Formats: sequence, structure tokens, C-alpha cells
Amino acid sequence: MRANSFPEMETTRESELRTAFWEQVETIPQGEKIKNCLQCGTCTGSCPISYMMDITPREVVGLFRAGRIEEILKSRTIWICASCYACRVRCPQGILVTDLLYALKRLAMEKQVYPSDFPVYALSKSFIDNVYKYGRNHELGLVAKYLVRVDPLKLLANATFGLSMMKRGRLAVMPKAIKKVHEVRKIIDRAKQIQSV
Amino acid sequence: MEFAYYPGCSLETAGKPYDQSVREVFRVLGVGLREIEDWNCCGATMYMSINKMVGYSVAARNLALAQDMGLEICAPCNSCYTVLRKTNRHIQWDPASGEQINQALAAAGLSYTKMVEIRHPLDILVNDVKLDKVIEASRYSLNGLKVAPYYGCQLVRPVFHFDDIEEPQTMDRLLEALGAEAVDYPDKVRCCGGMLMTTFEEVALRLNNELLTHAEDAGADVIATACPLCQINLECYQTQINKQFGTNHKMPILYFSQLVGLAMGIEGEKLGMDTMMTPLPPVMLTPKLEKRAV
Repeated sequence: MRANSFPEMETTRESELRTAFWEQVETIPQGEKIKNCLQCGTCTGSCPISYMMDITPREVVGLFRAGRIEEILKSRTIWICASCYACRVRCPQGILVTDLLYALKRLAMEKQVYPSDFPVYALSKSFIDNVYKYGRNHELGLVAKYLVRVDPLKLLANATFGLSMMKRGRLAVMPKAIKKVHEVRKIIDRAKQIQSV
Repeated sequence: MEFAYYPGCSLETAGKPYDQSVREVFRVLGVGLREIEDWNCCGATMYMSINKMVGYSVAARNLALAQDMGLEICAPCNSCYTVLRKTNRHIQWDPASGEQINQALAAAGLSYTKMVEIRHPLDILVNDVKLDKVIEASRYSLNGLKVAPYYGCQLVRPVFHFDDIEEPQTMDRLLEALGAEAVDYPDKVRCCGGMLMTTFEEVALRLNNELLTHAEDAGADVIATACPLCQINLECYQTQINKQFGTNHKMPILYFSQLVGLAMGIEGEKLGMDTMMTPLPPVMLTPKLEKRAV
């Protein structure tokens, strides 16, 4: 499994991250295929937003092999990915690139390593709060909460748009919880317990 | 023919017209949609990408509820569709995690043991109801209307089970059967950016500008979508895109089910047509929406 690592070149931090990463990879179908990467760049070429990434998908794998995981975790790349799966369906080696980026995202959260100027994980946190509280996702609450955390001015800029959606009955002001939201909470709590074992 | 209906959170608010039009079209065709009682958020890509076990378990509650109804699921939102399908695939790939998911479900007195099939309304219309039935049920022809069919990402990828990944034809065939012309343009499966419109607007605006421009260049009168997130990004941000790029987009963005409903002669209001930001201009509609010669 760890044939591609070069322990003698690794710092302690790096090997800690690497071990944690492989643990994540083991939960992905055929995750070990990352070792078959040819560095052909099909993923980067297929990605509709690679030009906006600080590290392209191909470079993610390259940096990983070079033992520079921390650099990947600090990049915006894993947070910008919109999950369109274009890389995944075209990879000639069958690597599940999108799921590998998710694995890196989870690793970043576990190790609390984030890109300094890019608080996107705040949206994920708001999303999770919403599901736990209501059982469903409340769009207005989600976006508002996120913007309050990262960019309050933009909240004002979006107000007109919000109003016109509201007028059309396409935006709910108040969140509505499902009847058995306690069931959802129990499932979430139990799943978290299971995962931490 | 009956399905367990899973609208998903978006279809309750911003994607309301999608919900209305799917229900109406299915009603006219005699396809039953029984809403899964007290369904919850599927967790979307967001949950799955940051906490797998919890993400799959949250999605699986809906699968368990549908399993008890003994029906296949109809999920119109591309994101819900892909998340629910991915949960099934994960359980099949790793039965041990399937057991863990069931342990989590047990906390709510539920269990998920039979794989429930998840279907998209586009798939149901074309492959179950079939085109001749849809044509038979239509009262108007969309003759002369040039449509850019937009499939987006998560219907098509990562695993497309009812069409081609790079060059899907299902929506093209459906709309052409109703008289419309499906224009050829390069972006039918290209990403709209999804949630990036909130987190990384600059990128999302650019992606949507390209989509709109390419559809316009191909001569499209309207873009037809199959996903609430694509629809909202393409429709609701046109003013901002025009400001940013100096463009002049005025493209109506409709759900494919709204176009099908119009061809069936269903009142626009019942299809949510009156709540669209950029309505299909009546001039475009009147001469083109012709009564079918019987």
C-alpha cells in the first residue's frame, strides 16, 4: 500500500499526514489506483476550472508523490472543486480523482489545515448545522449564515436578488423542520460514533 | 406505473417550478408520484465530501423509507440523484460499511437491506413512459423552438446509467419528439459551477457566461435544464453576468419538464412559468407553440 512513499525523505509531519491520507483512501473504491497515475494531465484538461486553481488536479497527485501533502492541503484546489466528475470519467487509469479530492478535504478538516485566504469550509459547516437542526436544507439560511461568516457586505449586495426570488415564491424566509428531525439527529449522532471507533 | 417521489430541498423553494412541472406532467401521463413521507436532505455533495459515514447514513434514511414503500425512487434534482445512487454503489462496494450505515439507521428504528433503484424523471419519461405516449399526450407542437438541452454534471457523471457520458441524447430526443429543434453546442454536459456561485462567484459567473454564450451562438431560444442548481445559476445570475462581462444575455432557462408541460397544453401557471426570472417571451411562444395537426 505504501510502496510509493519514501520514508527516508519524509518529515514527521509529512508521514503523519501521509498515514492519515492512506486511511482515507482505503474508504474509496479502488482508491489505491492513485499509484497508477501516468501524469498525463487529462484530469486537468477536462476540469472546467483548473485555470483558477493554484494547484491543478494533475499537480495534486504529483505533489503527493513528492511528499508535499501539506502544500496540497493549504491549496484552494480541494475546496474549489465543484464535483462535476469530468476528470473521473476521463481518467485513462480509472482513478476516482473527485473522491481523492474529497479524501484530501476530509484530511484538511481533520488536521485543521486550511488555505488562509479562502474560508469555503465555512459553507460546509453551515450546511451540516442546517441538516442537523431541520433535517432539510434551508437555502436562505445557508447562504446568509455563510456570508455573515465570510463576507457580510455581499449579504447586502444579494438582498435585491433574494427579494425578487421571494416575490416569486422561490425563497423560503423561515426554515421548516421535518416532523421526525429527531430521527435524523439520532442517525447522525450514531454514525459519528461509529466513525470515530 | 408509480414511483416514490423524492423532491429534495431545492425543489421546495428555488426549484419550485421544477417540482410543479414534473408533478403536472406525470399526472397527465398517469404516472403516480407518491412523495416519501417526511423525507430529509440527501446531504448533497457537501456532506458526503466532508464526512462520509454520516453523509451516506443521512442519504440512506430516504432509501430505507422508499424501500418500505416498495417503489423505485424518482429524484428530479441531479445532485440528490447522484448522491442517492452513490450511496447504493458504496454499500454494494463495501458491505461492511453497509452494515455500519444500518447500525446508524437502527438508531431511528430503520434498516435498509434491499437496493432501491433511483430514477430521474427524464429517464422515466423516455424509457418507461416512452416517446410515443408522450407525443400522444401532447396537444401543441414546439415546432420552430430552438432548444439547447443542458444536462449538467451530476445526472451524467460519475456513472450515467441510461445514456452516453459525453454526448447524451435523451433530452434531445424528448424535445425533438415534441417538435422542438435541439441545437448542437459544446457545453451540454459542462459544469455550471454548482455551489461555487456562493463560494467562488468569479469562477461560477465565468462558467455560466460561457454556457449562455455558446447556446446563443448556436441559435438557441431557450436552454432546457434537468437540475435546480444549473437552472438557478443560469437564470438568476444573468444580470450580474451581463454587468461583469458586458454581455447582453436574455436567455430563458426552463426545466425540460416545463417545455413538455407546455406541449401538453398544461396552463403555464401550473408549470410555474409565472415565477421564472426570464420568462419565455410570449412572442416566442405564440407563433411557435402550434396546435398539433391531428
